[in-house]
Amino acid sequence: MNPTMISDEEKRGPVDPPETQVVGVRSPAPVVPPRPGAVLHGDTVPALTVRNLAVYFGKNKVLKDVSFEVQARAVTAIIGPSGCGKSTFLRSLNRMHELVPEARIEGEIRLGGQDIYGPGVDPVIVRRRVGMVFQKSNPFPTMSIADNVTVGLRLNGIRTRSVLAERTEQSLRMAALWDEVKHRLHAPAMSLSGGQQQRLCIARALAVRPEVLLMDEPASALDPLATSKIESLILELKKDYTIVIVTHNMQQAARVSDYTAFFYLGELVEFGLTSSIFTSPTQKRTEDYVTGRFG
Amino acid sequence: MSKMNATNHRWRKAKNALMQTLTLGCALLAIAPLVLVFYHLAKSGVGAVNWDFFTKLPRPVGEAGGGMANAIVGSFVLLGLAALIGVPVGVLGGVFLSEYGSSKLNWWIRFAADVLNGVPSIIWGIVVYALVVVPMKGFSTWAGGIVLGMMMIPLIMRTTEEVLQLVPVGFREAALALGIAQWRAIIQIIMRTALKGVVTGVLLALARVAGETAPLLFTAFGNRFWNHSLSNPIAALPLQIFTYAISPYDDWHRQAWAGALVLLLIITVIDVSVRVLTRDRFRKTA
Repeated sequence: MNPTMISDEEKRGPVDPPETQVVGVRSPAPVVPPRPGAVLHGDTVPALTVRNLAVYFGKNKVLKDVSFEVQARAVTAIIGPSGCGKSTFLRSLNRMHELVPEARIEGEIRLGGQDIYGPGVDPVIVRRRVGMVFQKSNPFPTMSIADNVTVGLRLNGIRTRSVLAERTEQSLRMAALWDEVKHRLHAPAMSLSGGQQQRLCIARALAVRPEVLLMDEPASALDPLATSKIESLILELKKDYTIVIVTHNMQQAARVSDYTAFFYLGELVEFGLTSSIFTSPTQKRTEDYVTGRFG
Repeated sequence: MSKMNATNHRWRKAKNALMQTLTLGCALLAIAPLVLVFYHLAKSGVGAVNWDFFTKLPRPVGEAGGGMANAIVGSFVLLGLAALIGVPVGVLGGVFLSEYGSSKLNWWIRFAADVLNGVPSIIWGIVVYALVVVPMKGFSTWAGGIVLGMMMIPLIMRTTEEVLQLVPVGFREAALALGIAQWRAIIQIIMRTALKGVVTGVLLALARVAGETAPLLFTAFGNRFWNHSLSNPIAALPLQIFTYAISPYDDWHRQAWAGALVLLLIITVIDVSVRVLTRDRFRKTA
């Protein structure tokens, strides 16, 4: 992507401010125009296949019998009220939920055909293929901007300077941060603004070239302008990446995603094209949630 | 009614003032010894602190002059040996407590470390006497370094654990989510973030054992001459101060004061560098 394209994306931001879309979710004009070819179970390829997934923390069953396919090179939004299990679901996709003691899963998750919970599968390798961006931006405070981008490579043994430099520029460009930081790559990461720090975290996740990028409410701590930058970025990134995003913000889900999964009380209530979830949901609970009647 | 409230108010203010004075008094009482110690040591010790004190060996009884050069060097040798033992074991133990293990096991380890931190230092000396001095058939520098190192381990372990716990969970998650192996993430990201805190803990532990006398009585033993082998006894400032202070000679008393002053200054330098380190850390995160 080139800089002019990024600024085009940014210019587009204010044209549809989030406020005007609050009532627009049920308007006849779909918020996300259905793209040709984006048909469920059509010619698209599933990047992740989730089958009968249940997640337990100790005796507490927080996810029940979740099955659906995450499409490659598309954005899948996970929505639902607090405590519905959406973050747990996201974390089970790269085995991050295992950091909680006594966490265990049933069912299977296939990443490009391989069961990521299969015997002998190293979670470290899974996480290299499935990257993650967190709600609170967390660049490493002891490192410079450039070192933050390349940390995943350096700590996995890549030391060649030219490779690291090339990957730094590439990742920062993909994260739409290059133009803002190219003259101060060796400044501390903490000198960036909140929105820049979050884009730095995205660049850091992209630098190891994952197949899937998980985003856990990546813009919920950011102001509207920084949020719109992240959203344009997501739309850019889906050309190359499979993205799963958890969001509390339904307008955001409507703006950035192609598919939406609605979770409620640990169950997957409905999954489908974002345009149909927001305009003609088949389940009463989905309709109540997306129209703001609860949640 | 309003009159009663006014009286209440005055009484309440008086009680408040009383409480404030009482706590201030106690706080002043707590730091008074520091001022007294510094004043007294400076007054009695500064006269005997001269070039000879830092460069000469002790003179035989009855001869004036001489210094504590061997004891000053000996103290640093002992601290170096202690650090070689105490720092790696203590830091890695702290890493285990903070990053690995189960909550039940860690509870017991933490409890044991806290008990060890409360063990009187003379008991440490007796333990190392039995474990090292008896089998080696003699007092030695090794034994002195080992006892100080063992005392440092639980101190460093607990401070390391505490500062690692201050590193936000988000950094651990970010590192693991990049597909970085846990041990690498701990060494190169978590430890690096908490480095100043870890160093602070190490320095505090060094300052703490630098002044220990009792455990050295049974281990390093003291030496009136230069030490040439780690298998031989070695002099140390606290030991020399002890020996000189209980002697009947005025000259030795003066040197004991000087030794105490120097020891206190060494420990103060360590403590001040800790302050500088930690102040820097808080300024950066703020």
